Amino acid sequence: MDARRGYVQAGRCGYVPALMSRGARGADDGDMNDHIVSTDRLTKHYGGRAAVDGISLGVRRGEVYGFLGPNGAGKTTTLRMLLGLVRPTSGTASVHGLAPGSPDALRRTGSLIEGPGFFPYLSGVDNLLVVARYRGLGRYDVDEALDRVELTSRGKDRFRTYSLGMKQRLGVAAALLGRPDLLILDEPTNGLDPAGMASMRRLIHDLSDDGQTVLLSSHLLAEVQQCCDRVGVVVEGRLSYEGTVAELRGARMLEVRAEPVDRAVRAVKAATGAALDLTEDGDGRTVLTGDADGVDVPAAIRGLVAEGVDVHAVAIRERSLEDVFLTMTEATR
Amino acid sequence: MNALAHSARAELRRLLRWPATWVLGGVWLTLQLLFAFAFPYIAYATGDPDAFQGGPMDQLLASMLPQSLPETLIAGTPMFGGAIVMIFAALTVGSAYNWGTWKTVLTQGPGRGAATGGLVAAVGVCVAGLVAVSTAFTYGLSLLVAAVESQDIVAPAWGDFFASVGGSALILGMWAAAGLFLGALTRGPALSVGLGLLWTFAVENLLRGAAALIDGFDVVTDYLPGSGAGSLAGSLTAAGGGDGTPGVLDVLTGTQASVLLGVYVAVFLALTFTLVKRRDVA
Ligand SMILES: Nc1ncnc2c1ncn2[C@@H]1O[C@H](COP(=O)(O)OP(=O)(O)OP(=O)(O)O)[C@@H](O)[C@H]1O
Ligand SMILES: [Mg+2]
Repeated sequence: MDARRGYVQAGRCGYVPALMSRGARGADDGDMNDHIVSTDRLTKHYGGRAAVDGISLGVRRGEVYGFLGPNGAGKTTTLRMLLGLVRPTSGTASVHGLAPGSPDALRRTGSLIEGPGFFPYLSGVDNLLVVARYRGLGRYDVDEALDRVELTSRGKDRFRTYSLGMKQRLGVAAALLGRPDLLILDEPTNGLDPAGMASMRRLIHDLSDDGQTVLLSSHLLAEVQQCCDRVGVVVEGRLSYEGTVAELRGARMLEVRAEPVDRAVRAVKAATGAALDLTEDGDGRTVLTGDADGVDVPAAIRGLVAEGVDVHAVAIRERSLEDVFLTMTEATR
Repeated sequence: MNALAHSARAELRRLLRWPATWVLGGVWLTLQLLFAFAFPYIAYATGDPDAFQGGPMDQLLASMLPQSLPETLIAGTPMFGGAIVMIFAALTVGSAYNWGTWKTVLTQGPGRGAATGGLVAAVGVCVAGLVAVSTAFTYGLSLLVAAVESQDIVAPAWGDFFASVGGSALILGMWAAAGLFLGALTRGPALSVGLGLLWTFAVENLLRGAAALIDGFDVVTDYLPGSGAGSLAGSLTAAGGGDGTPGVLDVLTGTQASVLLGVYVAVFLALTFTLVKRRDVA
């Protein structure tokens, strides 16, 4: 797994420069235990039901951590506990090395939890000014945050008159006030149009490049796949996976359809050193598959042609995060 | 301390821009105008001019003149002022739950104590502002009446005036604290306002009715919030509670009533802080 890692990390996102710089920062920090958020058997019961059931997770400084799970899995409840809005029934958590909800931890954390909460009669700017006053910040910070979410032109309008996506952007702007080290965003793309989602993705990349840590929950797996360094998957209150998206998705597969199969296997092995296995596709036909990472695909095809086998198809198959996620959550249902 | 100041400034900013603040303030001044001036003046102007000197007609006119400012000021507080302030305070806290702004505020890191303290302070400033505006407004109207009726302008007795302002502040502070408590208890604007009004306008009176039937029950009803407010107002008006001004009572002495109100303020605020601190914010 680890040998593949460098390649996969760079290939995963399509934002190669950003990822490289992030990788480099990770190497500088060195310490893999440098957690900005960590929880230990964090649990919350509502009545008899466990909304969050013994979650132990860790978010590393500088990474983008995706928090996934079906509706009602306990994501929001967990994030609320990290902000001190909800008290855990048992277990502990630390944010910036402090107790969650402690003033010092909160001042270094920007958050948007389950939709924006603002005064409907105030303008966007005035709402942010109220929030800024709580943090001892001023007008400059407000203008900067509004600009980052592209809401400056409507800043003077009342919050009540905003569209769903504009409200959401204002919520993100409030989280950005004062450039906190850590952002906790619960479904930040909720209600955003495609352009809004793309700019949210850019924003998250920018934040990450600036060294800010982002913990975000989302149902948009394609977005998460593009943005997140690591993910945690919660199902029914329990953390059922934590690791990189690449590890979660598993290896990329090289798939070769060629006849005769035995000569094809030999040809690829001779040309690239990669081993292929015989498998069957859904229609009962024989396919050759192998681990795609590190394989020189053009060399493999040249080898096949030189060997004189009939090549029907050569493809690289990837499981999307969605496939993995659905399998994982279905299994637990 | 810093957090408290920040949160008080932030809350004050949003309260002063809230239309409800100005609507309630406007209602206050309108009611003050109607009950302290318009109705008495109509009664005075259309009454029997031959009523004898020193009788009710002169009393009516005197009640509208500058020297009566202390009594005019405080007479309105148990009658409608308390209800207005309670609605304001309950809406302030209750709506913050409805809008999700508690969540936004508390995640900025003021600490729950400082956030609640800031809100209490901001509500206090608004109530103090209301008393100040109402005092100026009432004094202005009394000068107008004196001018129209060609009466000598006699300044109010300053001791009485300050007692009246202090008493008003205590009564309004008590109802404001009750409103804050109800808002925090019900976590919504509608139920808190409804319960508060039900209490002030119905339950207390019904309980007093019951006390008339049941021996010894008045020990309880004498110490209800409204009894304290009414008694303090009664002790600060020359006529006492006997002149039939709605809500003004004489079941307690001024000192007893002041202590009682102080206790209510402390209890309601302590409950408000406890509720906000203890409960999860959804
Ligand atoms: N205040 C509450 N009282 C009772 N139950 C609650 C409360 N808040 C959350 N729950 C329950 O806790 C569970 C987890 O809810 P939570 O909001 O954390 O889910 P989620 O993962 O954020 O879901 P979604 O993807 O729909 O946002 C649900 O079963 C929910 O009904
Ligand atoms: Mg949620």
